[in-house]
Amino acid sequence: MDAVSATSGRHPRTRGRNMNLRGYADAFRARLRLGERGPILVALGLVVIWLVFQSLDDNFLSPRNLSNLSVDIVGTGLVAVGIVFVLLIGEIDLSVGSVSGLAGAAFAVLNVNLGMPEWLALIVAMLSGMAVGAVHGFFFAWVGVPAFVVTLAGLLAWNGLTLFLLGASGTISLDEEGLVASLTSSYFGAAAAAYGLAALGIAAYFLVSHRNRNRHKAAGMPHRSLSEIWVRTGVLALIALAAAYTLNQFQGLPLALLIFLTIIVASDYILRRTRYGRRVYALGGGIEAARRAGVGVARVRILMFMVSGTLAAIGGLFVASGLTSASPTTARAAGSGMLLINAIAAAVIGGTSLFGGRGSTWSALLGVLVIESIASGMALLGVQDAVQFMITGGVLLAAVTADTLSRRSAGARDRA
Amino acid sequence: MAYPPVLALRGVSKRFGGVHALVDVELQIRAGEVVALVGDNGAGKSTLVRAISGVGPADKGVIEWEGHLVQIKRPHDAQALGIATVYQDLAMCDNLDVVGNLFLGREIDRMGILDEVEMERRARELMRTLSIRIPDVRMPVAALSAGQRQAVAISRSLMAAPKVLLLDEPTAALGIEQTSHLLDLVEELRDHGLAVLLISHNMGDIKAVADRVAVLRLGRNNGLFDVNTTSQEQIISSITGAADNAVAHRTTRDEEAWP
Ligand SMILES: Nc1ncnc2c1ncn2[C@@H]1O[C@H](COP(=O)(O)OP(=O)(O)OP(=O)(O)O)[C@@H](O)[C@H]1O
Ligand SMILES: [Mg+2]
Repeated sequence: MDAVSATSGRHPRTRGRNMNLRGYADAFRARLRLGERGPILVALGLVVIWLVFQSLDDNFLSPRNLSNLSVDIVGTGLVAVGIVFVLLIGEIDLSVGSVSGLAGAAFAVLNVNLGMPEWLALIVAMLSGMAVGAVHGFFFAWVGVPAFVVTLAGLLAWNGLTLFLLGASGTISLDEEGLVASLTSSYFGAAAAAYGLAALGIAAYFLVSHRNRNRHKAAGMPHRSLSEIWVRTGVLALIALAAAYTLNQFQGLPLALLIFLTIIVASDYILRRTRYGRRVYALGGGIEAARRAGVGVARVRILMFMVSGTLAAIGGLFVASGLTSASPTTARAAGSGMLLINAIAAAVIGGTSLFGGRGSTWSALLGVLVIESIASGMALLGVQDAVQFMITGGVLLAAVTADTLSRRSAGARDRA
Repeated sequence: MAYPPVLALRGVSKRFGGVHALVDVELQIRAGEVVALVGDNGAGKSTLVRAISGVGPADKGVIEWEGHLVQIKRPHDAQALGIATVYQDLAMCDNLDVVGNLFLGREIDRMGILDEVEMERRARELMRTLSIRIPDVRMPVAALSAGQRQAVAISRSLMAAPKVLLLDEPTAALGIEQTSHLLDLVEELRDHGLAVLLISHNMGDIKAVADRVAVLRLGRNNGLFDVNTTSQEQIISSITGAADNAVAHRTTRDEEAWP
């Protein structure tokens, strides 16, 4: 749901009854122009970025680099998924970088220093993120402190706590063979794994679309044409199979990527297909209307900050897994805001609006691919951090500007 | 009139800081009756609606539903009783489509999964029965005109088959044809036994559909009139305060009929 023109009689996203071929072409163009412009443009942007880096360095599109990219995006990507939840209700969580650092440190201290079993330390670390989110949510939703300030305080405080936890021991190395380390180092080597996942996704998409179409048709309502469903499925199949092929050229399907995709699919399903998710969108689209419809505004708000805290913690565990350590240096880096900015940038670049009510968790995948591709390409070329920061900042500003402009044209009417 | 009113308010008061928005307000509505609620800007009409609908509960006073004392503390309480409301500001979720707004808070689902097909089907059916013309029920409400929003808001209120309908200035954004259409609808609903509270500044609308007129002035009751036996001037002077001691005009017949 991107831009909406108040003047066009028929909304381009609506399915037409008895449309002929020309009608479909027009509808597709209209959709490109308005509704689905965002994701398609971003995907094209991603292709351009990849081609540019490939032309500068042959190794960029190598299976090894792409496979590593698919693992490296997961930490930031999961944090970005959490950000999407908070953005959907029109709020922001600035603490996610610090919270991810806290989770990594908590796990390391509990497991390595205190000898807690890995699985238990993992759960405690995740719960700590959830608890932190609950604290933020409480101050925001019940006390009424602006979320921006609550989570800004959190950014500093939780980073302080992380440094405090690590203070006694300095850098803590994780068990290289352990559960957390394996999160980013495990691959399903059999070619069937990646292809199987791709096939599963393609089949599921086709069956769900097809079933939906038939139900609409049976109810005598406008519905997608079969050919449109085939085309969409075809595009999806192309992307999924190409990705599977590339991953199989290296070490196969990474566990981290599988977890990331599972979380995205599940959260997107909950957000778009259940009444709980509907409340989240409703809150972002109009608080007063949501409240009058009986949505528990405070409860949903607290819940969203808990989701964001939990996903920040899980993302932090993936970051710690990639480094197989938790150290004051990485903790300071986490508190410095780079991860935070990348996560917010990823969500917004992927098409989730800063103004609430529009977006999906898929935008975290799309956005983080853009962000991490730029980072990976520049690292490959040996570009220094200073330049990277400026470019990432520029990309973030561009994404937010596009979001603002599309909101303006979306007919966000000022009603008296 | 052997039945108690479906909804009765007694001694309802509400303050916003120093502003006494409602002071000891009384109101009764019976099934199959349209009561118009009138008053100048700021008289407290919308505040009273919000008190009944649970969005802004009263500080003091009692609410009786079909003769029983009830508490309305949340929108949910009012909805559960069978009170539906169309608010003056028509707040909607601009990002959701018409179907999403119609079913917000009472979505249809199958095993936890939203049943979009069924919701869309019912939405179309509702639009057809109310002969509301909206280009497409899958359009985001941000793209609707003010009158179309109004139509959606009213259809939304009728979805739950309410017993009492509160309409806060429902004709404000409507053209001539839509207004007469809405008034027809109000009459039809009344004939089906709904109790309707209609807020309006338009005397013509009130004369056309209301059975009784309750006047609020500065947050207080300032008269209750039978539309058929009261002149427009009387009502207007009661609204403006030219007849502050309008108690004389009160049609007490109705009130006394019910012990
Ligand atoms: N949320 C609020 N906070 C403070 N004061 C309020 C609030 N809502 C209403 N009031 C005050 O209560 C009084 C009654 O307002 P209300 O909106 O009920 O008037 P109204 O009769 O609906 O007027 P109108 O015809 O303009 O819609 C006004 O003096 C208003 O300023
Ligand atoms: Mg009002």
